[in-house]
Amino acid sequence: MRRGPSVFNRISIGAGLVFLYAPILLLMIYSFNDSRAVNVWAGFSTRWYTALFRDSQLMGALWITLRIGVVSASIATVLGVMAAVALARGGLFRGRTLFSGMVYAPLVMPEVITGLSLLLLFVAVGLDRGFWTVVMAHATFTLCYVAVVVQARLSTFDTALEEAAQDLGCPPWRAFFAVTLPNIIPAVAAGWVLALILSLDDLVIASFTSGPGSTTLPMRIYSAVRLGVSPEINAVSTLLIGAVAVGIAVYGSVSRRRTAPARA
Amino acid sequence: MTTKAARPNIGAIRSSFAPWNDPGTKPLVRFDGVTKRFGDQIAVDNVSLDIYEREFFALLGPSGCGKTTLMRMLAGFETPDAGRIMLGGVDLADTPPHKRPVNMMFQSYALFPHLSVAGNIAFGLKMEGLKKVAITDRVNEMLKLVKLEAYAARMPHQLSGGQRQRVALARAIARKPRVLLLDEPLAALDKKLREETQFELTDLQMELGITFLTVTHDQDEAMVLADRIGVMDQGRIVQIGPPTEVYEAPNSRGVAEFLGDINIFEGIVETFNSPVASLKSADGHFKVVDEDCPAGGATVWLAVRPEKMRISPKAPPKGTANVLAGEIWDIGYLGDWTTYIVEIGPNRLIRVAQANASRIVEHPLSWDDKVWVSFDADAGVVLTR
Repeated sequence: MRRGPSVFNRISIGAGLVFLYAPILLLMIYSFNDSRAVNVWAGFSTRWYTALFRDSQLMGALWITLRIGVVSASIATVLGVMAAVALARGGLFRGRTLFSGMVYAPLVMPEVITGLSLLLLFVAVGLDRGFWTVVMAHATFTLCYVAVVVQARLSTFDTALEEAAQDLGCPPWRAFFAVTLPNIIPAVAAGWVLALILSLDDLVIASFTSGPGSTTLPMRIYSAVRLGVSPEINAVSTLLIGAVAVGIAVYGSVSRRRTAPARA
Repeated sequence: MTTKAARPNIGAIRSSFAPWNDPGTKPLVRFDGVTKRFGDQIAVDNVSLDIYEREFFALLGPSGCGKTTLMRMLAGFETPDAGRIMLGGVDLADTPPHKRPVNMMFQSYALFPHLSVAGNIAFGLKMEGLKKVAITDRVNEMLKLVKLEAYAARMPHQLSGGQRQRVALARAIARKPRVLLLDEPLAALDKKLREETQFELTDLQMELGITFLTVTHDQDEAMVLADRIGVMDQGRIVQIGPPTEVYEAPNSRGVAEFLGDINIFEGIVETFNSPVASLKSADGHFKVVDEDCPAGGATVWLAVRPEKMRISPKAPPKGTANVLAGEIWDIGYLGDWTTYIVEIGPNRLIRVAQANASRIVEHPLSWDDKVWVSFDADAGVVLTR
């Protein structure tokens, strides 16, 4: 006899979901509102989406955000995988604990501090703020997420596979590409998607490190909202939520797949 | 029934194969005073060992005795702290694992999960830079050798344990290594399959003429497979010899007890007129034939295997040597064998094993029966440590 969740469980799950998602749902509904007034329902319309696609400023910001996301996620993935391999396979090298602490610290570091310190660094070295400074900043703070995901996979990866590759005449660096990488690729892909989502989402660090011509979508939305909430913002937010939701779904499916194949 | 596989006549080769007795033969592998420490733990302690061309050598010992570490040092995955490892007269110290002409079959098999059976076998050949045609030919040859022709396209997780083991074997011998290393090759197989595979492995080794070095904790496996066994304990090799020698003539109580069951009687040598010795022990007097017995007065241990003892409900005639009277304490019926535990004195238990040669025994022995255990003068071996 299988019993479902109790009444208490149902209520608490329901209350939790309402608390988390009612505001988002409201925003999504109002993005289809025909009225300019945000809180008066005047019938279904997609006019704000049409307006949005004609709004070159918002579309420009979206394009910049996507480019920053893809480039920074790719850099973060390469560096994060390298850090994970060093931590999982480097043995007990000198300074390993310090290194592992430093890799994971940005996970709990307040974003304001990360953003501010990066800003100070860019000013100190005389780097003009723009597209590449945001990319660098995002790569830095998303790198640790990639490292966490990949290291978790590497820790359950049979080291005998790498030894077997070497035993069969494969130099160690080549063994990584021939054997290790093909087997951890789902985790690497999951790390990349996670880094992309984090980059698309980020407001604080981007605010500190962006310059003229590199205003990201979250920054554009935030500044627009300060002048009053327009339905257009609701529409762009709905699109952003959709993009992030797709990203999370992809992340979930690839990271589940990484445990699926039986280990031989 | 065991089916007879086609093979060259190997009986004559096997029975006369003993390069270790010929001082003119150069060893293929030489461990020379090899020591390996992990932290303050000594895993391998000053081991010297020669392994010869075409030999099947087994390192046997309990887990943690250093046998796997010794083998991994030959493969190059561990570096010795002291001593040298030579292959064909060349020091391997500066050769990384991927350049050593040895291949290993891993205990976990370590098949590449993202490659098919054929892909796994071809991996090492690709690294050699062979031409595509040559690789395909060799892969097919290997698949045929391990009888997996029909499974070339399967992925490792679609195979049974026995099939995986054969893929791992094929992958390791595809490169024609000078030494094949086997790490607990049969440990993951069930009993029936293990026995079949044991014989297949020895036939294969004869056929290929490759030197095999296996590591195992299973004495049956070591005895069936190997030309010589090196018994290891706490990082040292305590005895090296052919299976019959380490089993019938162990050089210490430790080796005797590790390989199978044995009854040990502590005593003092009364007289020794080579080869006949008379021993006095708490369990009575023994008459033994052993050329290597020390002179009178020495403390020794007489070791007698259970299957070399006889058990009888009737007392043997007076004056028969090496008789122990006792009561049956326990009986273990194994089908082919029965093991009797006999109490020959207060808290003195010995084991006697009898082959069940007949289906019907008129007066089977039972618990608490009064019995007499006897053995011949040449049944036991005198140990000095």
